[in-house]
Amino acid sequence: MSRLSTESAFNHSKIRCIAEMQTIIRDNRVTESKFTVVDSQADLEFSNIILPLALFLERKASLRTRSDIGVWLEADEDIELIEEFAKQLPVIALNFPAFNDGRAYSSANILRRKLGYQGEVRAIGDVRRDQLEQMIRCGFDSFALADGQDVQAALSGIKSFSYSYQPSIDRPDPLFRQRNSS
Amino acid sequence: MYIYDKYDQKMIDERVAQYRDQTSRFLEGKLPEAEFLQLRLRNGLYIQRLAPLLRVNIPYGMLSSTQLRKLAHISRYYDKGYAHFTTRQNIQYNWPKLEEVPDILEELASVEMHAIQSSGSCIRNVTSDQYAGVAVDEIEDSRPWSELIRQWSTFHPEFNWLPRKFKIAVTGAEEDRTAVQVHDIGVRLVEANGEVGFQILAGGGLGRTPVIAPVIKNYLEKPHLLTYLEAILRVYNRYGRRDNKFKSRIKILVRAMGAEVFAQKVEDEWQSVKNGPGTLTEAEIIRAHSFFTKPSYEELEENCIQLDESLNSNFAFKNWVSRNVKPHQQPGYAIANLALKRTGAAPGNVSDRQLEIIAELADRYSFGEIRTTHEQNITLADVRKQDLFSLWKALCNADLAAANLGLLTDIICCPGGDLCSLANAKSIPVAAAIQRRFDDLDYLHDLGDLDLNISGCMNACGHHHVGNIGILGVDKKGEEFYQVSIGGSSYSDAALGKILGPSFAQNEIPEIINKLLDLYLEKRTGGEQFVQTFNRIGIQPFKDQVYS
Repeated sequence: MSRLSTESAFNHSKIRCIAEMQTIIRDNRVTESKFTVVDSQADLEFSNIILPLALFLERKASLRTRSDIGVWLEADEDIELIEEFAKQLPVIALNFPAFNDGRAYSSANILRRKLGYQGEVRAIGDVRRDQLEQMIRCGFDSFALADGQDVQAALSGIKSFSYSYQPSIDRPDPLFRQRNSS
Repeated sequence: MYIYDKYDQKMIDERVAQYRDQTSRFLEGKLPEAEFLQLRLRNGLYIQRLAPLLRVNIPYGMLSSTQLRKLAHISRYYDKGYAHFTTRQNIQYNWPKLEEVPDILEELASVEMHAIQSSGSCIRNVTSDQYAGVAVDEIEDSRPWSELIRQWSTFHPEFNWLPRKFKIAVTGAEEDRTAVQVHDIGVRLVEANGEVGFQILAGGGLGRTPVIAPVIKNYLEKPHLLTYLEAILRVYNRYGRRDNKFKSRIKILVRAMGAEVFAQKVEDEWQSVKNGPGTLTEAEIIRAHSFFTKPSYEELEENCIQLDESLNSNFAFKNWVSRNVKPHQQPGYAIANLALKRTGAAPGNVSDRQLEIIAELADRYSFGEIRTTHEQNITLADVRKQDLFSLWKALCNADLAAANLGLLTDIICCPGGDLCSLANAKSIPVAAAIQRRFDDLDYLHDLGDLDLNISGCMNACGHHHVGNIGILGVDKKGEEFYQVSIGGSSYSDAALGKILGPSFAQNEIPEIINKLLDLYLEKRTGGEQFVQTFNRIGIQPFKDQVYS
């Protein structure tokens, strides 16, 4: 396993390529992920890895039969690029190069709403406590927090709001439909 | 006015609790400075040159007298006894303490107010026409739609981290009083084939690269308003530039793609949400309108003898009426404007006591409602004509009866270098110098409608690009200079001003303005306004006048 590169090829070193289990928040609890996010140098012999989009697309023919391969996308990569493969993937991860880069929120929304993806959608990169609730509302259900974030504190601080005005992935009906039916 | 129900109130209360927690984590050192900065910005808190600045939303400029009294209380108890009305119909406090902001927010929440998304790269407070519901040139009241947009944009989970700030304006009248063409999105209520719907503009803006927005959707049926806005925001969120702060507004994206390609991209995205759950229901449209019904007007004659008598006997009152009072839809009623532009006071500034007096006058004369304007003034929208004289006398006593609405000295002006850390130059002293130089009301009335706008930097909070005369503070090797442009307009004939030439020192500005006005008075024909004369004769004669 040590052959997996820990040298980050990305702009932000937040994406880990470590072989150990990673602690994540999933479905509102702290758990260990069996998947590992890897970079473009990754050895495809390993199981349970989340590949960068470019590598996945390059090797898609040989990966067709694998059910333990996930894909991760950079914030500027169009989520539509995985449309035809999405259903076979157990996990799709979306990278936040910085916590104030909001593109992945739209990617998650499209992934759930337009592509109908039902599997795990994981937030990776600069993922912090105060953004988790927004991420959940856009369709993320799993979070690999940035270095230095207190996972337990983050979990307890996720939920701030009882209602939401807009339609979102977690609550498809906007508040006005609830208001006018009661 | 819109009244919160249990849902609105709960969310606002929860936001106060959330922000209180974020502030304590910051003060305890558990939340890094850079992260807290982004979080506090989304609650209107800047750290400025001298102190924090808290910007409080006044959605589409509507306030009740109860809310105004609360704003007065906050300025007295938490600040230095005054507040500043902004060019986006909001109010700002210049001296709050960071650790007291959660308490201020709690006070605001108790009167259905908040500071959510009043700064930061997110959807800002929606602005609209201060004469909505009473304007004689109205197609339809814009306020129910503004409120629907307010709710839709509040805590939108997908659009809280946009490339840059995002401003939406809504207008429902023939004359545009909202500067809809220089907003990120402009929403115009329009009539087509006997039905009223929306025309949508996108990609306008001021700042470093001023742009008049193109129309991207000529006609949109009402139920689709929010899904269409969602589609625009999604395209912008995904493809707007994030590598350069000065190129990240939607206007740059629209221009780079071309308006037609951008419109098509939005159209494609819209197809996937059109008719979805975000589509407005008939019940919701009715609910939104139910908050903006007509107040209980009395049956009055359009002509008011008492008013005519006062006009004939008091010249100062007549001046005030001729500038500050506008016609109303309802017979016997008028719209009264309070110009917060008295010489010597910073434009848009009001004291705590003045805020309370305005609240009192609103209760007495205008159904307890107050509106703020993007020209940094106050409107009492429903005053009986027979009450105008009493109202004016009360305003005189409170130093609120400046009769210069729409005149040269009704200057739109940002806080500038005195208070703002972004500014290159001071703006308030320039406004004051101009007001002092041009204090002859007869001369000002003779000049007629003339917008003079001042910004202390490129960010253009003072909307200098769309002033008939615009003044921009620039920094030249550490010294403050002022660039003058002329010919801009923020109304239906929206235009960006043209730069006159090399910039001037601060003390030269009043004389430069004087020269421009001299030429205008010499060249104007008939009832031409400044900007019409400019459009007819062009910039060259003005250049010759100033630089030769």
